[in-house]
Amino acid sequence: MANVLANIFGSSPVRPLEKHIGIAFQCAKQLNGFFAAAIAGDWDKASAFRDEIGRLEHEADDLKKDIRLGLPKSLFMPVPREDLLELLLVQDKIANRTKDVSGIVVGRKMEIPAAIADQFLEFVARNVDAAKQARKSVRELDELFTAGFRGAEVELVSGLIEELDQIETDTDDKQAALRWAVYKIEDTMNPIDAMFLYKVIELTGEIADMAERVGRRLELLLSH
Amino acid sequence: METGLVYILLAAAFGLFMAWGIGANDVANAMATSVGSKALTIKQAILVAAVFEFLGAVLAGGAVTDTVRKGIVDADLLSGSPELLVYGMLAALLAAGTWLLIASKNGWPVSTTHSIVGAIVGFAAVGIGVDAVKWGKVGTIVMSWVASPLTAGFIAYLIYQSVQRLILRQDDPLEKAKRYVPVYIFLAAFTITLVTILKGLKHVGLEISLADSYILAILIAVVIAIIGALIIRRIEPDKKAEKRQHFHTVERVFGILMVVTACGMAFAHGSNDVANAIGPVAAVVSIAMNGSIAAKSALPIWVLVLGGAGIVVGLATFGRHVIATVGRKITQLTPSRGFAAELAAATTIVIASGTGMPVSTTHTLVGAVLGVGIARGIEAIDLRVVGRILVSWVITIPAGAFLSIVFFFIFKTFLP
Repeated sequence: MANVLANIFGSSPVRPLEKHIGIAFQCAKQLNGFFAAAIAGDWDKASAFRDEIGRLEHEADDLKKDIRLGLPKSLFMPVPREDLLELLLVQDKIANRTKDVSGIVVGRKMEIPAAIADQFLEFVARNVDAAKQARKSVRELDELFTAGFRGAEVELVSGLIEELDQIETDTDDKQAALRWAVYKIEDTMNPIDAMFLYKVIELTGEIADMAERVGRRLELLLSH
Repeated sequence: METGLVYILLAAAFGLFMAWGIGANDVANAMATSVGSKALTIKQAILVAAVFEFLGAVLAGGAVTDTVRKGIVDADLLSGSPELLVYGMLAALLAAGTWLLIASKNGWPVSTTHSIVGAIVGFAAVGIGVDAVKWGKVGTIVMSWVASPLTAGFIAYLIYQSVQRLILRQDDPLEKAKRYVPVYIFLAAFTITLVTILKGLKHVGLEISLADSYILAILIAVVIAIIGALIIRRIEPDKKAEKRQHFHTVERVFGILMVVTACGMAFAHGSNDVANAIGPVAAVVSIAMNGSIAAKSALPIWVLVLGGAGIVVGLATFGRHVIATVGRKITQLTPSRGFAAELAAATTIVIASGTGMPVSTTHTLVGAVLGVGIARGIEAIDLRVVGRILVSWVITIPAGAFLSIVFFFIFKTFLP
């Protein structure tokens, strides 16, 4: 009888979603150190980063499953359950892309040409920034729920998403420049290595794309 | 007189059992919100509950006690054999207590009030005769069970909407909270005080004129609001916590408000649930003391005190643990939401108590929480559980009735 009140509250997905984006960002953040180690040729250190990425990706995956299981159709929520699940899915992809990228690099012990190393690291860092901004935006979820998705809080989140879009545009520019730089030196490289380098650049760029999609999903919630 | 004493002792024992059960279990619903949101510590919650449940039962519980003891069964039919009413009321107490025990063990969300009323209707209709039940009155009571959660839900919806508009959606929610929360404190204190003065106090022998009642209620509410405002002024923003949660300090301001509404909730709970558990005791006691069914007999104050005491013992034994458990589970109910639910529920219940309607505290509170949910305030409400509450709502009445009929015939056979 005492549990009536306790039980009518379903397990709220809000805090877990905020936690999940935190893990996804932590995962992406490892790429900075990972690529620095790879460029320096320190493969022990790079592998350690790679293990940490794997662990965090796994953690995000487990949390994703928990959140899904805790969201039965019988829940009554101020925003559609489907939209929250979609948000969760794109959040998770930030961690997935990170894992894919680090997998290719470690698997092939890929050498990143010294000529583009600095530019490459900058590009990676900007993608990590995008993930960080996505985390900052998603962390406003509980405030949004409290304010009922209206008023000053909505303005604030819209501003955060706008910033996120700018960071993503910036990564696009950086990606184009980086591809151009690789193109100029690709003749000096083993063709297969060059192919995979393009692939790694593309996958890394998708981290910012996913972060931007997190923003789009949040925006959808705002319009409810 | 010998048998009279036996009746009184039995009634007191069963009534105490019932009140103990309410204190151990039911009070948690009224207090856990405040503990869960950290507006009160467990010790403070128990203290608040003990004091205000007791006050509620004694000051505002009279009308509900009267309804339960003489509003449901037509005593005129029994003037020749008053002992039947004694057996019946004892049976109703024991039935409701037993049913609550079974339900708590299985985690079914049943209501004390529904059990008691079901039990009384049961023994009266089957043990005495269908005509012995005042069906009109019972109909009104059942209507109030539908109306009270709806009313509380509607009020909670309006309150939370106003909180969102005036405070949470503003650019400077903290400044706005400091300005408006004392007003909410005033409203909470005013409503509960006014209803108590208007409807409750005459049962303890105090008569105050209508104009004086309003003035007194306003005065008391202003004093409480000023005390609240002074405490709120001393709340300083915690910059570090704010970075993680912008409403952190705002919620602390609402925490002060929640202390007030928690008192109101405990008071409301005392005025209704304790009162209806103690109603059958009062019926037995008045028959045993007078030797007949005296419809006009006054309600002995010690009976209400007994109910209050039972609650406190229940709180001290099991209540503490239950409050802590429920409190941990309802963290979604932050002070800004919790106060809206509590204020709406407390107001509805106190008004019901004033008009003598035995309503269910838990169901009213659930209605209020749903109201906040409809105002897009609650992150997730499990509709399956709401469905189960509806089912148990319906099942409790025949279950209470059945048990009470069984006990009634046992008492009729074995008691003098």
